[in-house]
Amino acid sequence: MLNLLIIGFIASALAPFIYKRTKNYFGWIAASFPLYMFISFFLKYNEIVSGNVIKEATNWIPSLGINFTFLLDGLSLTFVLIITLIGTAVFLYAGSYMKDYEQTGRFYLYIGVFMTSMMGLVLSDNMITLFVFWELTSISSYLLIGFNHHKESSRKSALQALLVTGGGGLALMAGLILLAQVSGSFEISALYDMHSTIVGSNLYPAIVIFVLLGAFTKSAQFPFHFWLPNAMEAPTPVSAYLHSATMVKAGIYLMARFNHAIGGTVIWQDTILVAGTITMFIAALLAFKQTDLKKLLAYSTLSVLGTLTMLLGIGSNLAIKAFFIFLVAHSLYKGTLFLVAGTLDHETGTRDVSILGGLRKFLPVTMIAALLASFSMMGIIPLVGFIGKETVYSSILEVENFRFFLLALAVISNAFVVMVTILVGIKPFFGNLLPTPKSPHEAPLKMLIGPLVLSVFGLLSGMFPNVFIQKLLDQTTISIIAEELGITVKLWHGFNFVLLLSFVTLALGISIYYFRKQIIQELDNISLTKFIKPSYWYERILNGTLSFAKLQTKVLQNGYLRYYIIFIILTTLGLAGYTLFRSPGIGSLVINLDITIYELIIALMIIASTILVITSDSRLKAIVALGVVGFAMGIIFILYSAPDLALTTFAIETLTVILFVLVLYKLPKYLKFSKPVVKIRDAIIAGSVGIFMTMIVLLVTAGEMQSELKKYFADASLPEGKGRNIVNVILVDFRAIDTLGEIAVLAVAAIGVYALLKLRLKEGDK
Amino acid sequence: MYSIILSTASRYLLPLMLIFSFFLLLRGHNEPGGGFVGGLVAAAAYALYLIANGVEEAKKLLKAEPIKLIAIGLLLAIVSAFISVINGQNFMTGVWANNELPVIGKVGTPLLFDLGVYFLVLGIVTKIIFSLAEEDK
Repeated sequence: MLNLLIIGFIASALAPFIYKRTKNYFGWIAASFPLYMFISFFLKYNEIVSGNVIKEATNWIPSLGINFTFLLDGLSLTFVLIITLIGTAVFLYAGSYMKDYEQTGRFYLYIGVFMTSMMGLVLSDNMITLFVFWELTSISSYLLIGFNHHKESSRKSALQALLVTGGGGLALMAGLILLAQVSGSFEISALYDMHSTIVGSNLYPAIVIFVLLGAFTKSAQFPFHFWLPNAMEAPTPVSAYLHSATMVKAGIYLMARFNHAIGGTVIWQDTILVAGTITMFIAALLAFKQTDLKKLLAYSTLSVLGTLTMLLGIGSNLAIKAFFIFLVAHSLYKGTLFLVAGTLDHETGTRDVSILGGLRKFLPVTMIAALLASFSMMGIIPLVGFIGKETVYSSILEVENFRFFLLALAVISNAFVVMVTILVGIKPFFGNLLPTPKSPHEAPLKMLIGPLVLSVFGLLSGMFPNVFIQKLLDQTTISIIAEELGITVKLWHGFNFVLLLSFVTLALGISIYYFRKQIIQELDNISLTKFIKPSYWYERILNGTLSFAKLQTKVLQNGYLRYYIIFIILTTLGLAGYTLFRSPGIGSLVINLDITIYELIIALMIIASTILVITSDSRLKAIVALGVVGFAMGIIFILYSAPDLALTTFAIETLTVILFVLVLYKLPKYLKFSKPVVKIRDAIIAGSVGIFMTMIVLLVTAGEMQSELKKYFADASLPEGKGRNIVNVILVDFRAIDTLGEIAVLAVAAIGVYALLKLRLKEGDK
Repeated sequence: MYSIILSTASRYLLPLMLIFSFFLLLRGHNEPGGGFVGGLVAAAAYALYLIANGVEEAKKLLKAEPIKLIAIGLLLAIVSAFISVINGQNFMTGVWANNELPVIGKVGTPLLFDLGVYFLVLGIVTKIIFSLAEEDK
């Protein structure tokens, strides 16, 4: 599985290069990549449905228990198949849809990275690996939402999505680390036997809160739902893929995956149930007023995500079954409808449902896909959505408390979803032909195959549930609640109360659709206060942080280099000085005056040049004097037999002087000197730093240095590092990762210096 | 400020200093030296050349864009860190060739890493010096 993921990342990285050469048929090439993944995993289907679980492990940081461990069971296989199947449709579709965009190659890079990370997310057994992939999906989603980066609304929405899901990601990481501390392992599969330990721990409520924060933000549950409708700024293939079928289900996946390790308690089930129900209901209501195809679909997606969360919250066997069927059904029909919405947008030039109509003659094939998906979404027999809705209702009927309240909410929400479906999937094709910005015509082949295949899958899995759904359902429920259900999926349950509910939903939905205009007029008179909108609070927090940052920058970084240095020095002095003052050895420091004549001479040289630096009236003189201080220090290093350090110091000092001279060349002569007050202030600061450093050195050298490390490095340098120069062996071998970090920082600093210099040059232009 | 003595001297000093810098890099594993100081010396060589002959000449002589040197350096360091992973060992484990090469001595991933540091330091210092020395246009 690791190999497949590596292939995925490499293929994504190559996408822009291949795209350049094969623009016209790149859609087909791109689609072959998810298709290959789909087939690779589908070949494991028989093994998984027969009850096996495939595990794979590659070491990463074994000493910390962080490894690339992957697990393929019913739940992850379901997700992987959804991801790759819809991926195939979307990649092919985008080949045509994205043709007129700039940087389409980059688009494929992002979406390929996303798909691979999403697969990694659902396959990971190690929590840290899962987290890494989790964040990768957030980042690729950010890049994709902001793909039209020249539009401000795109950038804003992208940032919003990243901040919300990224913030949740941090909470998730905290939750996962706590979980690992309680259970002693980062492997999710190892948690299954530890349910009582985890639930009994003091940290359990914190774990639940953090993990759920991660899940709720990712899956856009109330009150974090607002980023998802805004994410519709992304190109439509992205909305179809990330923001309906896959990424937003990552939170749902997380809850399902952890359900049997940390679930089953009141706090877990009730939180999920309440959040899910609220999201389901509110999102359905919010969908009502929308007129944009994609926004309508986004709100209905939210409602479905709420429903899925609610089902996990109910947690009964039947609810898990409903969860699975609804998940599969939704991915199929919503993916299709988004692609259809994209096609309508592409072929007619508008996404406004109020001016779309009568297109059946122009887009017959798209219409077939749209109708199949719509019927599934509305829950009409014999599509898979029908089974989904039936099982949702019957699982709610099993709930003990508030059963009819929940049922009423679910029926109303679904009625609104029915209304959305009519608006999006049916209305554009029937009625009178309305004029559109572009003259409509059927979409190209690449944009037809995806929606058609997905919608036909929806039909087939509705008609033959035992072929398409049953086996994987059994295995998935084992993953979620650790027992087999023994419930069979059937299309037709006979005439019963649940079927009646389905009819009520449809009837209610259709009547809402017919009275929609009147109700909207009524609604316009009522205005809600902005304080109840979570997005209002998001804006407040974001703006507050920004203005705080501005204020802080004004005070701390006012553009005068001397203040920067003063702040840095004073902070260090304050923090380290405090610690130093409280250390026990501070009272008994003795100054050892047993020094050689060379040392004395060098010390005098340093002091003399320092005085010259301070008093000099020319910059050049000061710098040369500073150079003398540096070289004298280098000589001290030699006296104490640290040739490496001395060598580096000499080189650095030389270059520093050169740099200074180059800078000086451009500076004016000293124009004004500091005022006496300022001089005294600077003298006090400089003096305290000197005293502080002296104290530290004295304190450090006072005690006998008991370092195991020194001996270890001295002994290990030659046999293990193959070098006699311990310093260098430490730098490039034992502690090479530190060096790697340092050189990366250096590189960034160089870019920063360059940017600063060039910026100044530009200002000089004006 | 053109000085013919400095200009002529820098032409002879530059190759010497570059050789010395490389010598520092190679001997670093056993004697004082290493990629960092080697890179600094190499950069100092170009800095001297710059002072003697001007920034345009120095740029021409370096040929490569300093920013590319930085990238190459980082890339070499990272590649050296991953060689052991391909070998099935932990990230950044030193991998050494069995035989010594003439002049260079023992060859292994730490040397490659040091070479990366060398290029990176050379790139950074020349980048900064060149941008400082460039005339305001």
